[in-house]
Amino acid sequence: MKKVKVGIIGTGNIGTDLLVKIQRSEILECGIFAGRSSDSNGIRKAEQLGVTTSCDSIKYIQNNPDCCEIVFDATSSKIHLYNAPILKSLKKYTIDLTPSQVGKMCVPAINMAECLNSDNINLVTCGGQATIPIVYAIMKVHPEIEYVEIVASISSKSAGPGTRANIDEFTQTTRDAITEFTGVKRAKAIIVLNPAEPPVLMHNTIYAKMENPNIERLHIEIMAMAKKIQKYVPGFKITLGPVAENNRVTTMVEVVGLGDFLPKYSGNLDIITCAAVNMAEEYAKKKIL
Amino acid sequence: MDNKLIFFDSTLRDGSHAVSHKIEAENIKNYCREIDDAGLHVVIVGHGNGLGASSLQVGLSAITDNKMLETAHNELKKTKLGAFLIPGFGTIKDNLDPAIDRGVELFCVAVHCTEADVTKQHIEYIRTKGKEVYGVLMMYHMANKEQLLEEALKIQSYGAQGVILMDSAGASVPKLVSDTIKCFVDHLNIRVGFHAHNNLGLAISNSLIAIESGATIIDGTIRGFGAGAGNCQLEVLAGLLSKLNIDTGLDLYKLMDASDNVVAKMMKVPQEITSMSLISGLAGVFSGFANNVKKAAIRFKVDPRDIFIELGRRKIVAGQEDFIVDVAIDIATKKAKDQSLSF
Repeated sequence: MKKVKVGIIGTGNIGTDLLVKIQRSEILECGIFAGRSSDSNGIRKAEQLGVTTSCDSIKYIQNNPDCCEIVFDATSSKIHLYNAPILKSLKKYTIDLTPSQVGKMCVPAINMAECLNSDNINLVTCGGQATIPIVYAIMKVHPEIEYVEIVASISSKSAGPGTRANIDEFTQTTRDAITEFTGVKRAKAIIVLNPAEPPVLMHNTIYAKMENPNIERLHIEIMAMAKKIQKYVPGFKITLGPVAENNRVTTMVEVVGLGDFLPKYSGNLDIITCAAVNMAEEYAKKKIL
Repeated sequence: MDNKLIFFDSTLRDGSHAVSHKIEAENIKNYCREIDDAGLHVVIVGHGNGLGASSLQVGLSAITDNKMLETAHNELKKTKLGAFLIPGFGTIKDNLDPAIDRGVELFCVAVHCTEADVTKQHIEYIRTKGKEVYGVLMMYHMANKEQLLEEALKIQSYGAQGVILMDSAGASVPKLVSDTIKCFVDHLNIRVGFHAHNNLGLAISNSLIAIESGATIIDGTIRGFGAGAGNCQLEVLAGLLSKLNIDTGLDLYKLMDASDNVVAKMMKVPQEITSMSLISGLAGVFSGFANNVKKAAIRFKVDPRDIFIELGRRKIVAGQEDFIVDVAIDIATKKAKDQSLSF
């Protein structure tokens, strides 16, 4: 079967993990792996895999528009602001993995269909991918709740320079996305980098403030949502709850990475790259092939 | 660089931990009124974990950040109003901008001691707004001085006016303080500061050692009001420094008045080194965890000391309060297993 070509801009942790995942895809192949540095671990990995590389970043795609039909942007929100209009004019289906908030916010378990009709989709943040579906499930049972809070704890080692340089957008975008996707009145997102050795797995806690929770129904909805996510993020797991105490319901989620480019503790990278590849595959199946 | 010794007053910020973040506007008003004239460089106001930290995770404040800052701003005429921010809790849009609008002139941007690069956005932003800004390396006992210096140099490069070492767990022995401060003073060209906790009974003495080693910022609290065993008690340090003929510019009586007339009334219990604080200092775990550890210990019928030791073993850092329950459950499960095995 003919494969659909994708381009990856950004050769850091996220870009390289995408690259490795795409090698496994039956639908996608990597047409260009482009960044700005000619000497990064990512570039070396791509060369080993026999993938075309470039250090001209977006310019390569401008000069060689036929190299790909779908573009993953794994740079930073600042760079994506520059890249987005160029990719739009080149008519590339763009999957943005930075917290730039340029395109339509996408959580595949919630709004895949709509996102296939947008030209630029944004994968929110790793914390968002892990927690928004759970909040969505909770709101389905208790639409009356007014406040939710999520705490995403990721190991320091799996937070690359991009994540660190974007920590403010990361926090803000996660919070904004929770209210936008679920309709909850107020939300808070807390991001913690954990320096512990050996590195901890990505761990997320979701608190929902409410007085009389229907734990049985919450359990059913949350588990059903978890199952949906596990289809594209195999390492996603509910580790605690939902449990009720002190007028709040607590649910904990852990994400074990697939260990493609980076170790298994980098579940934070895995959840966002899994979601991105899933969207690219769906788009390729429905719109191109 | 100005080498004058300056004092940061974290009473209304660190003290927030001691009362589960339930500091009322009235207290802030009375405190600021009483302390304004005492010669402090800044009064830092807000939730114990800083701007935007009022949460189910670490505790809800009695009143909003904005209300706290407005109340303090109305009373502070001579002393700067300061705020504390941990990236990942607060954001520029939701928290920094509103704080600047409410008259905050000085910010402390704090991170776990090995993660200084996440302060870049916030320090740079605050500088562009023309405000004073300092980087704070929390839980500094968890890294060696070479690592710490590397992080401090990053903070300096972002444009901060100083770096403050925060002994969050009160785990410092005196030599650690002098070695680290001396190393910073030798290699940085911005101010170096120290924020002590009293878990091992060394907050005042470690602060003095920091000064003797070249620190020019001491961050402490009146009456030692703060998380766990509390902080460097500023009025006592001021007294001690005057006895040593070290110029502080502080008005001892005014500090004492704030202590007796306001802070004493804000405290639920006198600031003392409880067994919980001692164990958290020994385990090297953030003292602010004490209340949540006690709750979890009761709920899961385990010894809170065991929780602290295990949290220390797992190198849990501030902001990871959700792990307390995890640890308590693990200990309880292990205990149940041990019992079922005994015959």
